Amino acid sequence: MDKQQPMIVINGLKKYFTISSGLFGRNKQIVKAVDDVSLTINKGEIVGLVGESGSGKTTLARVILNLTRPSESSVIVDGVDITRATKEEEKRLRSEIAVVFQDPASNLNPRQTVESSIMRPLILHGKRKAEARVIARVALNLVKMDERYLNSYPHQLSGGQLQRIAIARALVLKPKIMILDEPTSALDISVQAQILNLLLDLQKSMGLTYLVITHDLNVIRYMSDRIAVMYLGKLVEIGPTSEVVNKAKHPYTQGLMAASPILDPKLRGEKKHLMCGDPGSLINIPKGCRFSPRCPHSDERCKSSSPGDYKINPLHKVSCFLYEG
Amino acid sequence: MGDELLKLENLSIEYKVKGGYLSAVKGVDLIINSGEIFAIVGESGCGKSTVAHSIMRLLPENSVRISGNIFFKGEKLNEKSNREIEKIRGKHIGMIFQNPLDSLNPVYTTGYQVAEAIYLDNKNRKEVWKQVLRLYRDVKMPDAEKRIHSFPHELSGGMRQRVMIAMMLSRKPELLIADEPTTALDVTIEAQILQIMKELKDVYNTSIMLITHNFGLVAEIADRIGVMYAGEIVEQGDVYEIFENPIHPYTKLLMKALPRKTKAEGRLQTIEGTVPRLTEVKPGCRFANRCPMAKDVCFDEDPMTRNVNENHFYRCHRGKEAI
Repeated sequence: MDKQQPMIVINGLKKYFTISSGLFGRNKQIVKAVDDVSLTINKGEIVGLVGESGSGKTTLARVILNLTRPSESSVIVDGVDITRATKEEEKRLRSEIAVVFQDPASNLNPRQTVESSIMRPLILHGKRKAEARVIARVALNLVKMDERYLNSYPHQLSGGQLQRIAIARALVLKPKIMILDEPTSALDISVQAQILNLLLDLQKSMGLTYLVITHDLNVIRYMSDRIAVMYLGKLVEIGPTSEVVNKAKHPYTQGLMAASPILDPKLRGEKKHLMCGDPGSLINIPKGCRFSPRCPHSDERCKSSSPGDYKINPLHKVSCFLYEG
Repeated sequence: MGDELLKLENLSIEYKVKGGYLSAVKGVDLIINSGEIFAIVGESGCGKSTVAHSIMRLLPENSVRISGNIFFKGEKLNEKSNREIEKIRGKHIGMIFQNPLDSLNPVYTTGYQVAEAIYLDNKNRKEVWKQVLRLYRDVKMPDAEKRIHSFPHELSGGMRQRVMIAMMLSRKPELLIADEPTTALDVTIEAQILQIMKELKDVYNTSIMLITHNFGLVAEIADRIGVMYAGEIVEQGDVYEIFENPIHPYTKLLMKALPRKTKAEGRLQTIEGTVPRLTEVKPGCRFANRCPMAKDVCFDEDPMTRNVNENHFYRCHRGKEAI
């Protein structure tokens, strides 16, 4: 990469939800799903976002996709601030960011053929039917599927095929950015490998930028250039893949790496320090550092104040007092 | 290694469908010794859960046809009456499932539900509750004293699975069948549950039959594994040997399809095509249509089971000729 061009810039992004309980919803609680997250993704880069369930990864993706408004700060996608975009810009953005979800079966209309599912975004963006049909065919070829599937219905296809169709549909508007939310969690290993390879090939040939969201560290390690780790709404560590995987700094990342299933029995017993406790919930967020109740290194300060971001090197940032100064 | 605890002999299971039978499991032979963790791995729909359920006779009786033998401690389970099987369930063979919420009653406290299981053997209330508490501590439930009074919805997924394990443990079965026990859990919790299962084996000498699609779990805790594909065990053996020196083309390809490295270190191996639907199973080797080394014979004849050594079996015509 010669000159790095930022595609997604997030600076101090916050997304809070309020939940009310009690009679007439008088007891209000704030859920800080995404709390002060900063992240820049450059063109042609694959960034992996890992975290346990309820860590706010999907909320972050939804904010980037402009499916929900941020509570504070904003997201700049390809130079446009999504909260201040005009109607026109918004439409352009919608075609520039595509998304592929975990369960393809629930994202395709069961009553529509593959062809009309793929054509749908094109028609919504004002393409004529004949033209859309041609593009749909090209897209299907891109994901290495035979044209005879164009007239199939979702129930006739396997999980891997459905995921290919979801990818084809995401590609028709020629996006620059793809957000992949657990793209292979619902798939079997042999099919997972097919989809991962396909995604990497597409990324290379079309110069796409990916944000891959998953809890599967093995997938993240394989795909991404950089890894960002989220814990209870905060970004706790970000850095190049090899550094985060092999030289994890944040105690949470270290625990996550240790817990991640090994794929070779010979590595048994090598690295085992298990994190205790549960991931915690966003409703009762601990004071201070959010990881402190589970952290083996936590002290008084961790329980009272939250750490800032400390740089290990220009590319590697950690949010933990251990690396202060 | 202990003595033979469970033995499946040429087990075949067919589901009744409109106009005939579907062969879901075919010719499965396996032995689980006491104090051993045996993992059945395979992709979705390969029949691994059907095998597990058949041992406990949990399949709908009027719509399956089972042939072959299931021996437990030398006794033929498939010839026992339902009443006799009931006595074996829980007491001798315990089972935990993927989603603990489906197995827990939402209107009783979890402690009560565990106590219920112990109450079958011991009628002394005080002792029963003492034992519940002890079990909760055994499975490392945080705040055990408080949690015995919690309802299922008040617990996290990991805690619910701990309750299930405590319940299973209360009857001290010799064999635990764990069907995807950690699939619904986060990785850090998964690691904790695996740790408990390992301790079970070490402390109580419980044998475990682990049903999973996750090779990570297998690499982590299994002693021996059986790889299933479309209803058949295609390869079986010591976990180290299978990972290091797989013989069957399917196992070989799977091992290379696991994302162990980064993309810079090479592409993942893929297996073309998809698992055949059971309705589409043809004669011959069931993997033939996806196998890069299939020959004519593979499409015509069922492969025999051959062995590499007394512990390592595979079912393939081509066998040792490497890909």
